[in-house]
Amino acid sequence: MALLEVSDLHVEFAVQGGSVQAVRGASFSVNEGETLAIVGESGCGKTVSVQSVMGLIQTPPGRITRGTAKLRGQDILGGVAAGGREIRGTDIAMIFQDPMSSLNPTMTVGAQIAEPLIVHRGYSHRQAMRRAQELLEMTLIPDAASRINEYPFEFSGGMLQRSMIAMAIACEPSVLIADEPTTALDVTIQSQILDLMVDLQRTNNMAIVLITHDLGVVARMANDVAVMYAGEVVERGTVDDIFYRSAHPYTLGLKSAMPTNRQGAVQKLTPIEGAPPDLFDPPPGCGYYTRCPYAMEVCEATPPIVFDVDRAHQSRCWLHHKDCLQQVTQIYRP
Amino acid sequence: MNKPLIDIRNLSKHFDRGRHKIHAVDDVSLSIEAGEIVGLVGESGSGKSTLGRTLLGLDRKTAGEIFYKGSKLPAVYRAKDFRRYARSMQMIFQDPYSSLNPRMTAGEIIGEALRLHSDLSKANIANRTEEWLVKVGLNIDHLGRYPHEFSGGQRQRIGIARALILEPDFVVCDEPISALDVSVQAQIVDLLGELKRSLGLTLLFIAHDLSMVRYVSDRMAVMYLGSLVEIGRSDRVFFDPKHPYTELLIGSNPEPDPSRERSRQKMHSIGEIPSQLDIPAGCRFANRCPHAMAVCHDVNPALRMVSHEDDERLVACHLYE
Ligand SMILES: Nc1ncnc2c1ncn2[C@@H]1O[C@H](COP(=O)(O)OP(=O)(O)OP(=O)(O)O)[C@@H](O)[C@H]1O
Ligand SMILES: Nc1ncnc2c1ncn2[C@@H]1O[C@H](COP(=O)(O)OP(=O)(O)O)[C@@H](O)[C@H]1O
Ligand code: SF4
Ligand code: SF4
Ligand SMILES: [Mg+2]
Ligand SMILES: [Mg+2]
Repeated sequence: MALLEVSDLHVEFAVQGGSVQAVRGASFSVNEGETLAIVGESGCGKTVSVQSVMGLIQTPPGRITRGTAKLRGQDILGGVAAGGREIRGTDIAMIFQDPMSSLNPTMTVGAQIAEPLIVHRGYSHRQAMRRAQELLEMTLIPDAASRINEYPFEFSGGMLQRSMIAMAIACEPSVLIADEPTTALDVTIQSQILDLMVDLQRTNNMAIVLITHDLGVVARMANDVAVMYAGEVVERGTVDDIFYRSAHPYTLGLKSAMPTNRQGAVQKLTPIEGAPPDLFDPPPGCGYYTRCPYAMEVCEATPPIVFDVDRAHQSRCWLHHKDCLQQVTQIYRP
Repeated sequence: MNKPLIDIRNLSKHFDRGRHKIHAVDDVSLSIEAGEIVGLVGESGSGKSTLGRTLLGLDRKTAGEIFYKGSKLPAVYRAKDFRRYARSMQMIFQDPYSSLNPRMTAGEIIGEALRLHSDLSKANIANRTEEWLVKVGLNIDHLGRYPHEFSGGQRQRIGIARALILEPDFVVCDEPISALDVSVQAQIVDLLGELKRSLGLTLLFIAHDLSMVRYVSDRMAVMYLGSLVEIGRSDRVFFDPKHPYTELLIGSNPEPDPSRERSRQKMHSIGEIPSQLDIPAGCRFANRCPHAMAVCHDVNPALRMVSHEDDERLVACHLYE
């Protein structure tokens, strides 16, 4: 059984004149000690999906209309476990792309890391501050002893993201959700932060859900991958399934749109023409229909169902229907 | 050898901050040949944008000289200089959201430079605007729409049409694709490559994404704390970096290939780029460099040619002296 399992999640936001179907069928799961990467372009519903699990969707305008989220088999959708216990910050912790917006500018970094320990774990102020210093040391912040007394504005972007991680792991969560944690950072600092996450994962056996749009980061970090497009998870599988045996036209499109660095190989990038659909008025059939080079008549009005490609590998695409198998062989195994 | 289109000699740009000076660009020399794409990479704050802006007179240089087709550009730009050089040199900005005036239509934005910098008639301007709209992959229906009605990629196309309508020879592209999705980045890169070929454009392409820079540019220049530390053919620099900082940058670049990522050697990257306020004496990279020697802390290494082969590689590092 997966540690965290999200199935068939649907989320919408009320807006003037109707609703935005932000998430229209997201299923993903992550095992203990492993990393799941959720990839997809901006606006495809990555953030809303994990915010729903954490209970961070403001209602109204947001509303979870369907789906389940289970931690060790126990229902937690909306961030509350049986008996009303909040899972946020204790069982599941989250870090964000922009650490400055989730830190309090008027409190020292140390006090902010100490706070959840005092609230959730009953530490005394003194114990909590000592632990805060240890956590900053674990996240490799230089001069942690004096840094705990500094304010967020005195930290660089990389140090802020480390402090966010220190805060997130303070209560030893079993799942860490990281929403584009390194998108705003330089590759050098990104590399340090990713290494740090892997080290902490090894020590704590923590599961990581990593949201990113960078396939390089996915290749480095993930065991499993969920590819999202227009509010839906369109392909799921192991990292090797997704990179070496992609079974969805969008994933294939992404791969040929970005440079790979094979020495001597001459490569031509193939852009994906067009843009994702507007989720205020999502298309009736496949969300990728207007951009898909393999689109068939059935795709226009009939939403594809999820097909098993392999044991742990699924694709939401009509090409995997048994009547199309001939075509699939041509497309995916050229 | 051809005469360079742009020849930068010992260019510096310092900003005053209180009692301190920020050395945003420090003694940079670089020449760019006509028809060439030079990629400029380096960590945030290393001075890439400032170098680009100073080149175009948008920031006033502190010292040094810039030659355009052999003639020296003014130290201080007056209105007439902007008018004169706007036709030759332009800039495309990173943020397709904030760099377009939200109250102007796409047509007005694209045609504006012609209204300001040419004597063309209204009808001619309208024709040229439509022509460029189509050239960048938009269509006539888009003329009357406002920036918020476009996607990021479409806005970037408008920014490109705006910069290129005067048919400049030289364009500084400051992170033109950083704010875009992967699926759209390739559209813009393709477009720039095509315009380069059809118009003979020369580009300084500033970007974070090293794989993209390798793909797009003929040569690559690596900047650290205001200085250029390595210059060479893009492929050669990428696959055989010489300067320890280039090595760190390229070694940190994640590859979209899981099996290569699994076998990657871990970079032991330490520290962060220091602030321009306390530039170390000696080599600026010494406090992060795994190969630092005694001399590195005292003497700032100069750029020098380290290989001739088919790659005129310049490196500023004592390891190569
Ligand atoms: N107008 C200004 N006044 C004072 N300092 C400035 C000004 N513009 C830039 N700087 C400083 O100059 C240095 C170089 O900035 P620049 O914007 O050129 O960096 P960059 O390499 O383009 O970084 P990024 O990758 O983040 O775009 C930074 O330390 C910056 O804070
Ligand atoms: N509070 C909100 N009100 C209306 N629409 C929203 C709200 N939050 C998110 N959305 C919409 O939901 C969709 C998915 O957003 P998000 O999950 O943030 O995407 P991303 O994949 O970039 O994280 C987008 O179309 C976005 O505009
Ligand atoms: S269902 Fe049809 S349109 Fe959608 S991705 Fe598959 S082939 Fe393309
Ligand atoms: S000069 Fe010295 S410190 Fe600087 S990069 Fe070379 S070896 Fe490292
Ligand atoms: Mg997001
Ligand atoms: Mg910049």
